[in-house]
Amino acid sequence: MSSAENTAAAAAGEPGLAQRLGERRGAALALALGALVFIIGMIVPLFGARWVNDVIAVIAAGFAVHGALSLYDVQQRAPQWYLLSLVVVTGFLAIAYHSGLSPTDAGGLAFSLGDALSSGAGSWTQMTINGLAMGLLIFIMASGMTLTFGLMGVLNLGHSAFITIGAYVLMTFLVSDWGRGLSGAESVVANVGLLALVVLVALVIAGVVGLLFERLIVKPVYDNHLKQILVTVGGGIIITQLIIAISGPNEVQLNQPATLSGSFIVGPVVVETFRLVAVAVGAAIFWGMLRVINRTKVGILIRAGVQSTEMVEAMGYRIKMLFIAVFMAGSALAAVGGVFWGLYDTLIHPEIGGLRLFQIIIVIIIGGLGSITGCFFGALLLGLLSNYVGFVAPEVAEFSSIALMVAVLMWRPQGLIPVIRM
Amino acid sequence: MAEPLLRLEGVHTHIGHYHILHGVDLTVPEGELTMLLGRNGAGKTTTLRTIMNLWKASQGRITFGGNDITQTPTYELAKSGMAYVPEDMGVFHLLSVRENMELAARSGPIDPDRLEWVVGLFPALKKFWTKEAGTLSGGQKQMLSIARALIEPRKLMLVDEPTKGLAPAIINELVGAFQQLKETHTTVLLVEQNFNFAQALGDSVAVMDDGVVVHTGAMADLAADEALQTRLLGLSLDSHQ
Amino acid sequence: MFDTILSGDYPKSKVLNTVLLAIFFGLALGPFLFDGAVAFSTITNICIFIVLVASYDILLGYTHIVSLAHTMFYGIGAYAVAIAMNSMGPSWGSMFVGVIGGVLVAAVIALLVGLLSLRVKALFFALVTLAVAVGFGILISKFYAITGGEQGLGFRPPRELGPGFKLFEERWYGFNALGWLWNLVTDPGNLGENTKQAVFDVRMSGRIVLYYVIFLTTVGLFLLMLRMMNSPFGRVLKAVRENEFRAEALGYRTVMFRTINVVIAGAIAALAGAMAAMSDPWVTPDSYLSLGVMVNILLMCVIGGMGTLYGAMVGATIFILAETYLKDFMEVAYDLTAGFFNALPEWLSWLSFIHELISPDRWYFWMGLLFVLSVYFFPAGVVGQFRAKELESQIADSEEGASRTEPA
Repeated sequence: MSSAENTAAAAAGEPGLAQRLGERRGAALALALGALVFIIGMIVPLFGARWVNDVIAVIAAGFAVHGALSLYDVQQRAPQWYLLSLVVVTGFLAIAYHSGLSPTDAGGLAFSLGDALSSGAGSWTQMTINGLAMGLLIFIMASGMTLTFGLMGVLNLGHSAFITIGAYVLMTFLVSDWGRGLSGAESVVANVGLLALVVLVALVIAGVVGLLFERLIVKPVYDNHLKQILVTVGGGIIITQLIIAISGPNEVQLNQPATLSGSFIVGPVVVETFRLVAVAVGAAIFWGMLRVINRTKVGILIRAGVQSTEMVEAMGYRIKMLFIAVFMAGSALAAVGGVFWGLYDTLIHPEIGGLRLFQIIIVIIIGGLGSITGCFFGALLLGLLSNYVGFVAPEVAEFSSIALMVAVLMWRPQGLIPVIRM
Repeated sequence: MAEPLLRLEGVHTHIGHYHILHGVDLTVPEGELTMLLGRNGAGKTTTLRTIMNLWKASQGRITFGGNDITQTPTYELAKSGMAYVPEDMGVFHLLSVRENMELAARSGPIDPDRLEWVVGLFPALKKFWTKEAGTLSGGQKQMLSIARALIEPRKLMLVDEPTKGLAPAIINELVGAFQQLKETHTTVLLVEQNFNFAQALGDSVAVMDDGVVVHTGAMADLAADEALQTRLLGLSLDSHQ
Repeated sequence: MFDTILSGDYPKSKVLNTVLLAIFFGLALGPFLFDGAVAFSTITNICIFIVLVASYDILLGYTHIVSLAHTMFYGIGAYAVAIAMNSMGPSWGSMFVGVIGGVLVAAVIALLVGLLSLRVKALFFALVTLAVAVGFGILISKFYAITGGEQGLGFRPPRELGPGFKLFEERWYGFNALGWLWNLVTDPGNLGENTKQAVFDVRMSGRIVLYYVIFLTTVGLFLLMLRMMNSPFGRVLKAVRENEFRAEALGYRTVMFRTINVVIAGAIAALAGAMAAMSDPWVTPDSYLSLGVMVNILLMCVIGGMGTLYGAMVGATIFILAETYLKDFMEVAYDLTAGFFNALPEWLSWLSFIHELISPDRWYFWMGLLFVLSVYFFPAGVVGQFRAKELESQIADSEEGASRTEPA
């Protein structure tokens, strides 16, 4: 928010474009050079292999977008918006370019602007929706982990087990007879009602398990990071094994609730209904969390506790209670994330949470450990980037998130929005 | 003499392997401002933190208004009317000035009359009311920290070196504020290194050295006796003059 | 003489001496003491994991660096050997190319990871290494043309290390000492018959050669690590662990020391991976790169005792024996209790999940539990526990000893 104000304020009383071009030679050069190479690539695809042209176009587009953003100092003012715009705009240019290229009869490559704009725009829109959906789902799962870290300094590597809890609550409901009935009914009320019930049960179960986890596993090792890492790993194993003992080790394929599944077509874009649901739920949860953190007394306490738990205590608040509440909330959020990820993935297995830990960790590192807003942007970046890359070069899609993390770490070792001094 | 508000009897404190307090005996009379002086490392800050139970007393007894509070958890002490202004001020940087004050007002919304009085003491706070506390200057943070302690009526204020690192003009402002505070007969235990500041405000005084209280008496007596000052405070006095 | 071999770092406990000697001789004479293929692969694994866990211990125990990418280096070593042997044929030359290549690649990657993230705090390093390790696993699965993807990569070891090679034509004999002792206790009358039964044939094939290559490498690497940790380098590492600021103030470039340590640990882990690949020439992402393997290393390191190196010996032995034989015990317990749980009335049938917990497939649950409990109650692990016992008799030293073995 403050960044938006900054940008607005900056736009009001600052030099115009011509003056900026003159003052920021480097940025202007990057913009011009990138655009030039990109345009040459459009007119004459110089290289035989399609992927070589793609790579050069991506680099050129990235350069140009970076140059344009640098003209307005976006990376200093709001690193999260800088990266997001860089990824989204470069993603658009790359996808459009990729869609515009086609092999000619002569064995070479030709570029068609019409294809690039029509089919490229469609694909980009679709990838953006997919990326937002994936990103927001990861945000839900990651937010609890970053929150507990920020307030309590506890890095809970057992967090993924709570995601698994959510997914298994979902599975238990959806495979039961009456659950299958409600889920299969072509009625929004029945479907959403069922999901609301699932979420509620997942919240309660994960909250209670979170309470036990905090009291039995984490509490004895506060302020000992080494032991925390060890015991939370152990705790995660215990929960996952208990889940297997209760629900069995096999994979289960689920059907999405009838009215939330399927897809519809808007112009050239095929939109899966559930992805829109995921976007809506994720955005709502983010909005809710920000409200709680910024507007309520608990939120003030959390932000104060992130800095100094001792002073919060010295002001007459029982930090222990706050810790328990936040840990329970973080665990419950993970389970909610697990419910929606289960619906999204539709294949439920004991490692469903563990497999996400990798993305969650990248997201909270990118965002800056402890920052909810950072976690949100990190998740969007990861979701969008892996979908864009997945469209242009599926082989390296999953690896793109690692590259993103490394790049962010080299640029800003504390993450996009640093909260904790480490 | 009436029973003092706060009494420490033979308090020992260990931090890790270090034995810091070696049997502190200290009384803070109700309605007065007691100065706690001593050179660096004498155990003044440890004494305050032990009173607040931020560090545990390994031996001895602390009573507050007649109740034994040696084992009472920190948050209960705060609820019972103790306010603590730590050496590093403990201002919450990510919170606005307003949120800092709201947090300090435990019992609910801030009382407007009280707020007016506090802001009267430190007018700068009004100006930065919605700013993040992290953007304040050192002196302003100190004022915010003291204002937080004052936002509700307290039985006892524990203030740790409020003048540390501040410019003389701001110290004068603080002296003024504390003088106004004294008119309300709030009990204060104030740790200081700055003798001039202490002289201007203290009713009674206790001097610590090597983890024990080595002198108690009226501030005026100590201020009048230069030989005693030199003997008790030696180096620290020189460094402030 | 022992001073030189052990670099003056003794186990410092009589019980521990006995345990370590038992492990050492058990491994040294292993092929002649334990009969059967399962026992043979168990002792081989113990050797490999002693190296792997010890190399992890010089990170975790000696510097409190929590790396979650140790399996990556282990995997690099294994894949390098597999790829080299696969593309250059089953010769000694290609094996050495693979081993050396793997160690170099591991060292370079360790250097990059160290430089990238050691500047920040321990937790951050844990996270970054975890992400990098998972990313590496993904990369290995995706580039199946080189790595065989999820299926893994098989190869033929050099002839001299394979089962087809005969080192000696004549038969050698082994003696099943444990079985003999057991029979001696349960059936003391039949001494002659039992002794005859306890003797078994040992085929002196290339497998035996390979085992002793691995065993001797293990001994060598272990002593090397012991030497390193007791050298001035090791003492600086400990100083950095205890108080980074002070070490920095004394003029040590702490980041450099820690990075070197990460590189050494990575290189040794790659050697362990190469040994593992040679012993079982089928390298898959699951058995080398999965998070499960990483967690096992953590478990072994902590259960054995961090920061002692001897802990790696004890931890790896306990864990691998448990992994191999605990399941058998659980199987028995599972079958024994089956009747009870099947007889439960309908309304108590949900209790059957307790039965599930003693199923041999759930052995990992107990490992997790053991792990958490050992972090709480024996933070210094088995080795620390023995040492603490020993120290109780020397009260004067006890305070210093406890603070040394207790991870801060």
